[in-house]
Parts: sequence; structure tokens; C-alpha cells
Amino acid sequence: MNPEIGHFALVLALAVAILQTVIPIWGARVGDAALMRVGPALAVAFLGFVGLAFAVLTAAYVQSDFSVLNVVENSHSLKPMLFKVTGVWGNHEGSMLLWVLVLALFGAMVALFGTNLPATLKANVLGVQGSVGVAFLLFILLTSNPFIRVIPALAEGQDLNPVLQDIGLAIHPPLLYLGYVGFSITFAFAVAALIDGRIDAAWARWVRPWALAAWAFLTVGIAMGSYWAYYELGWGGWWFWDPVENASLMPWFAGTALIHSAVVMEKRDALKVWTLLLAILAFSLSLLGTFLVRSGVLTSVHAFATDPSRGVFILGILVFFIGGSLALYALRAPMLRQGGLFAPISREGALVLNNLLLTAAAAAVLVGTLYPLALESWNGAKITVGPPYFNLTVGALMLPVVFAMPFGPLLAWKRGDLAGAAQRLMSALAVGILIALAAAYLQGGGPLLAPLGMGLAAFIVIGALVDLAERGAVGRVPVATSVARLRGLPRASYGAALAHAGVGVCLFGIIAETSWNAERITGLKIGQSFEVGGYELTLARVEPRNGPNYRDLTGIFIIRRGGTEIGTIESSKRLFTARNMPTTEAGIRTFGFSQLYVSLGDELPGGGIGVRAYWKPFVTLIWLGAVIMALGGALSLSDRRLRIGAPKPAKPKPAKPTPERKPDAAPAPAE
Amino acid sequence: MLLWTAISLMTGAAILAVLWPLRTGGGTAPAASAADLAVYRDQLSEIERDRVSGLIGAAEGDAARAEVGRRILRASAETASGAARPSGADRRRQIVAVIGLVGLPVMAGGLYLKLGSPTLPPQPLAARLESRPDQSDVAILVRKVEAHLEANPEDGRGYEVLAPIYARIGRTADAARAWTSAVRLLGPSAVRENGLGEALTAEAGGVVTVEAKAAFEAAVAADPKDPKARYFLGLAAEQDGRPADAAQIWGALAASSPPDAPWMGLLRAALARVGAPVATAPGPSAADVAAAQDMTPAERDQMVRGMVARLEARLAQDGSDIEGWLRLMRARIVLGEADKAKAAASEARAHFATDGGALGRIDALARELGLGS
Repeated sequence: MNPEIGHFALVLALAVAILQTVIPIWGARVGDAALMRVGPALAVAFLGFVGLAFAVLTAAYVQSDFSVLNVVENSHSLKPMLFKVTGVWGNHEGSMLLWVLVLALFGAMVALFGTNLPATLKANVLGVQGSVGVAFLLFILLTSNPFIRVIPALAEGQDLNPVLQDIGLAIHPPLLYLGYVGFSITFAFAVAALIDGRIDAAWARWVRPWALAAWAFLTVGIAMGSYWAYYELGWGGWWFWDPVENASLMPWFAGTALIHSAVVMEKRDALKVWTLLLAILAFSLSLLGTFLVRSGVLTSVHAFATDPSRGVFILGILVFFIGGSLALYALRAPMLRQGGLFAPISREGALVLNNLLLTAAAAAVLVGTLYPLALESWNGAKITVGPPYFNLTVGALMLPVVFAMPFGPLLAWKRGDLAGAAQRLMSALAVGILIALAAAYLQGGGPLLAPLGMGLAAFIVIGALVDLAERGAVGRVPVATSVARLRGLPRASYGAALAHAGVGVCLFGIIAETSWNAERITGLKIGQSFEVGGYELTLARVEPRNGPNYRDLTGIFIIRRGGTEIGTIESSKRLFTARNMPTTEAGIRTFGFSQLYVSLGDELPGGGIGVRAYWKPFVTLIWLGAVIMALGGALSLSDRRLRIGAPKPAKPKPAKPTPERKPDAAPAPAE
Repeated sequence: MLLWTAISLMTGAAILAVLWPLRTGGGTAPAASAADLAVYRDQLSEIERDRVSGLIGAAEGDAARAEVGRRILRASAETASGAARPSGADRRRQIVAVIGLVGLPVMAGGLYLKLGSPTLPPQPLAARLESRPDQSDVAILVRKVEAHLEANPEDGRGYEVLAPIYARIGRTADAARAWTSAVRLLGPSAVRENGLGEALTAEAGGVVTVEAKAAFEAAVAADPKDPKARYFLGLAAEQDGRPADAAQIWGALAASSPPDAPWMGLLRAALARVGAPVATAPGPSAADVAAAQDMTPAERDQMVRGMVARLEARLAQDGSDIEGWLRLMRARIVLGEADKAKAAASEARAHFATDGGALGRIDALARELGLGS
């Protein structure tokens, strides 16, 4: 396909986005239904043109059209087809196009499925979405155009960065962008509400699915990025507190706070102004992440200063949207009607605590990420804020969050009963303590953190189950009634419990891996063996292999446990010829939830090869936990029912509550 | 043509997206609170459902109903006081229609013509590889020869064909590698060594590196008369800070070159740089002219006299430079010293008494300058 078709489609998309920004908002201002109807039509057209541009660029990659500069710089005719396609977004220009494609996708979904939205709200939302589209399309067309041609066409491309030639590139960025950009919808809803000057419980009902979807995608996206770094970089680490990772973690914290405060708003018509602020913050942090990753500011503030066109442009976008929305917020928020009141010990109170701590965690990560940059631009000093800072601050903030997590769902709306909730959690607490003791026994000395963390993780998982059991009144009513009640529970309840259990699973993995992992770095000749984590590894042979655009040196290890052979593990060093760049392809064998991880180092003088091997107990739980969290989000998303919090009656309880009545009193119904 | 058809279709679709929603009347939008009411009514029925299924007790249900009821009352009040029918709807629709019909094509077309390259065809690799050799572009031919050489790495002719093409399309490092292979497989020759030297020089941004110099020396060894290699060896001397050596190499090259040789212009400029201008050069070097512009007439005169004196001294030592003599004659005339010009002419004739060609040139210039013969 002619790349120029894609180029024109992209330019046309910009023109469409400009109209999409102006016409619906104008229509909403004057209350003109015809003008407001133009919004959805343009949002769909916007998706069509951006999608066409993306398809044309993909076709250029697939057909190796080396008259397109972007293809020359990031593709190679011998690359496997999968990596030709993923290479489309494995570079700056293409990934920005993917960003806008996701934006267009969300906008079109609001246009097509938002039929129950009030017309003015919908028009304003689409208008705000359109303005984001205008900003980023201008950025693409003026500073990062993927459709620039080369004359004369070249005969071969420079290949994609070898680290990116991996299935991870097919999964991680699209998911991450669905999360990042998904928050543009909640942002658009927040700004639309501020423009409109009205916000109520129904607003939260409409925002909830978008926030949930964005959050679930972001969760999986971050987890997949972590797993990718784990197996591709060859260091065996799964989280590095790298600024790029932090950039995705900040909107995740804000988004997590948002989905919780939106529940309060929907059910209790409270926390409205705060929810708006969170919606703005979540997207602002997404934009900040885009800025950090895309401006080159991360390598060095000086690198940013030498080629400032892109960075300054994104900085401008950042200032416009964050500054503009916060200014609008400052202007309009005091005029919004405040919501209901509640006691500190209540479901709302627990959610406020969660919100404050999550926001503080986001702030801690923000400070740790930006402080070195600010310092460098101030006096040129280069410092690194490393894992100790983040582990301490984020750990300290997240500990109360996860500890309080099982209590929240057991508290009633408006006025809760902490003692009652604690009582119901006794079983979970008992299991947690047992697990902690068992862990301490098995560990036999060592850090105290590990058993405590294990106990906490178990407490969270069991606590989530207790929440469900309480709702089903399991054990207090006949089994048939319990089953009926459990079956009648809204899927959102299951979703919440599942997501909370996922946090526990993830925490279990993190604690187990960091406390008990074993590492061996050694040099081996063929036939030699070493031991790691109770497994004996023997280097059986080293053989060269050739791929389509790389050369491989593969070491094959035989795994023995207790003398018996239980399989082999293959680990490679790969040299990509086009860029002359090596990558490591770590060999990973999974046993249960634990993994044996082997990566090859350099060949040693005098024969032999360097080997790094790790035993990582329960490491897969880290990512499985994240996937469980996202599944919980998806389950909750599939619950199309509306939610309304039934507050506990204000009148004092009867002195002698009937046995059947009591269980109902505490947990509110639908959550 | 396909491109313009596609562009027209796309623009048409975009315009339609603006016009289609406008086809029916504008009118008043339903008040926003109407949609809220729908949500609240759904909430009420959900409470009822939960109560029936026993999920919530009667007391909680009542409290929840009361709360939703309050919300409904508030929303109903807003609906009742809803906005009046807006005026000027038709006018607005006309404006938007015009924006769609004119604004969209103008914005998109204008920006595309500025950014795009509508005349460039798509060039998928497979089609380019299949096209007949005489229609292929250079890059594809290079690619095919590369593939051939990968299969037959001992084919020196292939490298020899490829190397100058690499040099022409700016892949100087590849050109140097190809020339090295050609030399290795076919043996040294002036052409190959020159190519290698030039490629290495271009790769180094115009600096004749040690490797490049070695290549040029090999070229001179293969053909002592080769002008290109000698020129670059002179350049190497100049860059090494030995202008005298450079002047000597270039002077010898100039002396042995026919006066209309294509490289003479380059050579004259080079000689002027190292302070040994070729005589027939019509005047002082560009740098000298620039310097002279800032001088008073007296200073300028002095500078010219200094240059002439240096030239005369040089010729007194070594009178074999015919160009130098010719230049001296001109200079004397310019300075208004016809006698000295005549003297120079006769000295030159004495030096070139046996060289008919040189004598002819001296006589011709003397006639031109009005010195008589």
C-alpha cells in the first residue's frame, strides 16, 4: 500500500480531531443537539483515519518498503514476520502512533457505546478527547513523523534493537498503552464535568467501566513489562525502580485510588471533588510518563537540551493539559455540590485511607524519579535514587494499605464496626499467623521480614475469601441459602475479592523471591557442574545455532535433583548481525511456582563460559498475582448492574439482634 | 492516480462524518438530568432486586431507597427547570457544514502538501528485487551484488564493481572494505589503491590518514605518473604540516601535467594554499584578495610587490617553472614595470631555449602584453 495514503490519513485525522474538539463543545455550550451529534461521528472517523494510517505503516513494515525512513531505521527484510509487525511500535514514531490509535479507540468506544450518557456530557467528553488527539497528532506530524520518505530508497534496513525482538514487544506496549491512554477517558470525563459544572453519583457510574478497564490493562501491562525485563535482560531481576518503570507505576497508584474513590462516589455521592482530582492526576501522571520516556530527558537532561524539539513539544502538551485541567479544577471545583458525610470508621473511611496512602505512594515515586533530574538541571550533579529509597518509602506506605485491605470490604457504608470486622477476620488472621510461624520454622533464622510478609500475604488472600463468605453468610444459614446468596452476589463483589486476593498472591511472590532466592555466578567448562537452590546443573554442551538475522551460542545444561536427572535447560547468547549487538536469552525452567534461571556470560580465557544461575522460589506468583488483580478488574467490569450503597440504618440496633438479621447488618450488599 | 482517488475518498468520508449528523434538525438536547434519572431508576430497581433475593435486609433497602429518592428529586427539579429551546440552530448548522466542506479539505490538503511526498511511489522490497536489472535502482543492484559476494566471497571483480558505487552513494566505509578485498584478490593497481585511499579519506572527513597515505603510496608504486595519488600525497604532506613538501609534490605534478588537464584547477588552488602559486593563475589567491581589501592602496601595492619579489627569487633559484615565468611577466606589467617584464621574458627564453612549446607560450604572452617579441 502506498505510504502516502497513510500519511494523508494521519493529516486528515488531525483535521478531524480539530473539528472534534471544537464542534461538540460548542454544541454543548449552546445546547444544540445537532452539533453535539457531530462529536460521535467525528470520533468514529478519527479512529478510522488513525487506524488506516497505522495499517499503512504496518503494511510498509511487512513489505519492507525501504523508501520509508522509519522502516529503514527499525526493520530488516530478514526479520521474522512477527517482529516486522511489532517493530511498527518498537520505535519512537510508531509507538506514538500506537498511543494515538489507542486514544482513538477509546474515543470511538465512548461514541458508540455511551448511548446512555447525557448528551452534553458525551459531547464535552468527546471534545476533550479530541483536544488530546490534536496535541499528539501535531506532535507526531511535526516532530516524529513515521511517514517521512527517503530518496532514493535503500535496499536494507538497520534492523530493530535486538532487545526488542521478542514476543514481549507484541504484548507489553499495547497493554501498557491501553492502560495509560485509557485514563484519558476518565480525564475527559472529569474535565467535561468541570466544563459542565455538574457532577453527581451518575457520573461515577459512567466513569467506572473506563477506569476499571484502564486500570486492568495497566496492571497487566506493568506485569508483562516486568516479566519481559526479567527474562530478556538476563540479570534475573524483575523490578529495577528504573524511571521508565516508575513512570508506569505512578499512574497505576493514582488509578487504583481512582477506582476505589469512584465506588464511594457512585454509592454514597461523596468524595466527588476528590474523585475528579484523581481522574485528572491519573492521566497527568500517564502524560508525565510519556514525557519522561519519549523526550530523552531520562538519559540526561543535557541530551534533552541538545535535541529539544520533541521534549519541549511534549513538555508543552504536559503543561497545557495538566496545568489547564488543574486550573479549571481550581476554578470550578468549589462550585460543585459536596456529597454526603460519613464516619472515619466506615467503608468510605477505609477507602479514603487507601486513597491517601496510594496517592502518597505515587508522590514518593514521583519525587524519587524527578529529584535526580531536577538536581542535574540545577547544578549538574548526577545522582541516582536507587532501590533503597523506593523500597523504604513505597514499602512503608503500602504496608498499611495491604494490611487494612481485608478490613475495608467488611465495614459497612457510612458507619462501620471495626471490632466486628476484626472479629470476622479472626480466621484469616489465624491462618496468617500459622503461615508466618511455618515460614519462620522452615527458614530457620534469617530475616524476620520474610515470615511476617508471608503471614500478611496469607491474611490478605484468606481475608478476601472471608469477605465473600460473610456475604454468603456461610456457616450461619443453611448451605442451600448460602449457595443461593453467593450465586446472587454481583460479579463486582467477586471481582473485588479476586483483585484483593491477587494483591496477596503478588505480595507472597515478592516476599518469597526477595528473601529466599539463591544466586550462583561461576565459570564452567563442558562437563562441569554446580549447585543452586538444591538443583545440580551440568553444562552438557555448547553449540552454535543460526537464526534468520542472528547467530546464537547455546549452552545446554542437565538439571539433576538428588542425583536423578529431571530435564535440561537451554540458555543462549545471541548476536544480531545487522547491529552487531548481543542479547541474552535466559534459560528458564518452571517447577511449580518457582523458577530456575540460567543466563550465559562471556567466554572465559582458557576455555569455559561464564554462567549466572538463580533459584527463584515462587517468583511466578508476582506476575500471576498481577494477572489475578486484572482478572478481578475484568470480572467487575463485566458486571453491568448499577451500584448503590445501602447505608446501615442510623437508628441504634435492637439490644438483642436476631441471629438471621445480624450478618446482614454489616456488609453492605452490592460491591 | 490511485493515491489521489484514495485521498479524495478519505476526504469525502471525513466531510460526510460532519454533514451526516446535521441532516436532521438541531433542536433542544434532552436535559442532562434526564439521563441521571434513568440511572437512579435503575438503581431503585436494583435495590428491589437485592431485597427480594435477600442480599440486603428491609431496613437497609429502605434507607437506600430513601437516599436514591433524594437524588431523583434533585434531578427532577433540574429537568423541570431545563434549558429553553436554543435559538439560531439553523445558522449554526450552516456554519458547521461550511467548516466541514471547506475547512477539512483545506486544513488536511494544505498540511499534507507541506509534509507529504505525493509523487513518490511505494517501493516494497519484493517488487524491487523482481524488477528487471535495467530498471532496478542502484541500492537494489548493490544488494544483489552483495548477495552474490556473500555466496562467492572470492570474486574480486565483484568487489571492484561494487566499491565505486558504494563511494558514490556515500557508504565510504563499505567502499573501503570492498577496495581492500579487491586489492587482496586481484592485486594492487593504481585504480584500486586510489579508490581505497579516497574512501578512507572520505571516511575520515577529508583527512588523509596513515592508511590512506599508504594506499596512495602503493598507487604511485604501481604507476609513478598517477596524478590522483600524487595529488593526495601532496595533501597528506600539507595536512602533516609540511607545506614545502606539499608544494614540491604538487609543483612536480603541475609541471608534468598538460595545462588543460581537468585537475589543474584543483591543483592551482592547492599550490596557492601552500604559497607556491602556479604562474598562469591570473592573480593572487582568494585569501590574498580578501586580505587586500582591508588594506590601504600603499599597503596593497607593497603586498603585491612582496609576492612578485618572492616569485622572482624562486625563479632565480629554479628556472624550470614556465608557469612561474609567465606569471612574473604579467605581474610586472600590472605593476607598470614594462622593462622588468621584458627582462623576465628574455630570462625565461634563455631557460627554455630548447623547449619549443614553452618558447611559444612566452612569445604569445609577450605579444599579448605588448612587449614585442
